Amino acid sequence: MAAFAVRRLLGAIIVLTVVSFVVFAIFILIPGGDPAQRIAGRTATQQNIENIRKAWGFDQAWYVQYGEMMKKLFNSLRPGYTSTYGELRSFTNQTNVVDQIRAGIPATFSLVIGAGIIWFVCGVLVGVIAAVTQGRWTDRTITIAALVGISMPVFWLGLLSRYVLAEGHPLTIFPDSGYVPLTQDPIQWGYHLLLPWLVLSILFIGFYGRVMRSSVLDTINEDYVRTARAKGLAPRRVLRRHVVRNSLIPVVTLFGLDFAATIGGGAILTEYVFQLNGVGQYAADNVSRLDLPPIMGVTLFGAFFIVLFSALVDLAYAWLDPRIRPT
Amino acid sequence: MAERLIEVNDLKVQFATEDGLVRAVDGVNFTLDRGEVLGIVGESGSGKSVTSMTLLGLTRDKNTRFEGEVLYKGRDVLSMNEEELQQVRGNEMAMIFQDPMTSLNPVYTIGDQICEAIQVHESVDKQAATRRSVELLRQVGIPNPESRVDDYPHQFSGGMRQRAMIAMALACNPDVLIADEPTTALDVTIQAQIIELIDRLKDEFNSAVILITHDLGVVADVADEIIVMYAGRVVEQAEKRQLFYDPQMPYTWGLLGSIPRLDRPRVERLHSIKGTPPSLINLPRGCKFRPRCPHAFDKCNEEPGLENRVEDPGHLDRCWLTVEEKRALRDRTILGDTEAA
Repeated sequence: MAAFAVRRLLGAIIVLTVVSFVVFAIFILIPGGDPAQRIAGRTATQQNIENIRKAWGFDQAWYVQYGEMMKKLFNSLRPGYTSTYGELRSFTNQTNVVDQIRAGIPATFSLVIGAGIIWFVCGVLVGVIAAVTQGRWTDRTITIAALVGISMPVFWLGLLSRYVLAEGHPLTIFPDSGYVPLTQDPIQWGYHLLLPWLVLSILFIGFYGRVMRSSVLDTINEDYVRTARAKGLAPRRVLRRHVVRNSLIPVVTLFGLDFAATIGGGAILTEYVFQLNGVGQYAADNVSRLDLPPIMGVTLFGAFFIVLFSALVDLAYAWLDPRIRPT
Repeated sequence: MAERLIEVNDLKVQFATEDGLVRAVDGVNFTLDRGEVLGIVGESGSGKSVTSMTLLGLTRDKNTRFEGEVLYKGRDVLSMNEEELQQVRGNEMAMIFQDPMTSLNPVYTIGDQICEAIQVHESVDKQAATRRSVELLRQVGIPNPESRVDDYPHQFSGGMRQRAMIAMALACNPDVLIADEPTTALDVTIQAQIIELIDRLKDEFNSAVILITHDLGVVADVADEIIVMYAGRVVEQAEKRQLFYDPQMPYTWGLLGSIPRLDRPRVERLHSIKGTPPSLINLPRGCKFRPRCPHAFDKCNEEPGLENRVEDPGHLDRCWLTVEEKRALRDRTILGDTEAA
């Protein structure tokens, strides 16, 4: 276990370093990326731009700039550290990047964790139902519904559902967008998030339903399922203990990675459509401004969760499947 | 006279598939008494596994049709409902499968899986069930059962897994133990041990055994009665000694000829039965073995019944050749003399 943790930690450091390098390199390489020009604005004089370049250190070698940016990022992560010039700040509005990401975390986590639970539970359930009623109308209905779900893009479904179901529109069932903190009002929190949860989940439910269905159909023909029936177990118990339990192994792997990717940026569209002010929306706003520090912060934030969750997936995998446990 | 446990009367099992009706079992009769070992022998696709699984109702499906009767202590298994079947399965008739690598669930410990078999039929707590699992593992010859009970299947070798399967099958002290090719997936050195174990435990647990195999050598030691199946039918049925010393069916000769023997002159090649078993959807007319039989003649276009044709009254076969012809022809076939074929 200790060896596993050390190995994963080393891996995480390498991945995060590489990701930060790549993000930085992209910004140096893209045209129109000169931050001094962007900060100075459209009507700035050449002298103005030069001054800004000097003041912000854009005239230094790229590795000095990179090192400086990383140093600022670490400073900002230190608890209780405050310094106007020592923190990682946005080029365009000088706000502290880490504070901005922290502010967005509750909304993003509420959205993704809630949606994750919904899509995992519903996906598994739908997949099992489709598999055990294979070929019958329930299976066919689920298959068609899953295909429809997979085919609907979030921005379209989100806007459509807001237009039809949210406040001020034909069928007012849900409040129209915005995020209410859980600590402030749990009921309003859930009420405001319900629509975003469903919109974000639908695509995944369709996909997970399909994966789970085929996994169950594979497992159901395994010899050990026949053994379980031959022991005299009731069909429900065979299904729960021997079929579903074993079918979950591939689905859990998939879930860990999808969940991490969604926290790390996959929910951008949903956050944007429902104006949740989460990390994803912060990322989207800053990408459109080509503002390097926030993009660096958000990218590393996403990469960190992907690395963390792939380690958790490995743990879950070992818990589900004793064959890969180290002995 | 020992207690009659199983009586199969004119059993037919048919599967409706997209290609047509598969007649997997077509009119099988046999009986099994307490303490007896019945060997069912045949190639793949001869219907032996389907027969054995039908005894436990494991072939039930919306596309399966049954005819005839499978009586367990006088009760018809085919007409039982699901709950009654669950009572029989594992508790009164238990089954050991061919491949111990895949027949145990990889995600539960050996102990968990044996406990599950005990607890589904008896209301005992987990501790008592575990104690019994340890005892069962000891009886099937697993060393250190106290610690091995917490191992997962992948930590057991093939032979040990099959022993664990046997322990699981015996968990509720069943009357009938059905072993479907229990040694096929194992090393030759382990095969004899497993068969011996099944034979010994049969006496300890006072059960009867149905031993299914494609290898007559496997049943040679332990079986009392042997049934040879071909294309869903019984083609020869006899007490073991009779079957080995006076086989009447050319198909049986083929099976016997394909066992390597040390007590006969060495031949260049081991005998094999030419061709493949017939499709169970389009069966040949007449004797089902006719297309592969080296001794087929005109009369074989009509199917022979399963009748007694020799001195021993319990010896039945399906072949039109006269007993004298058979006795003359078969030694050459068994010895692998290609001239005869």
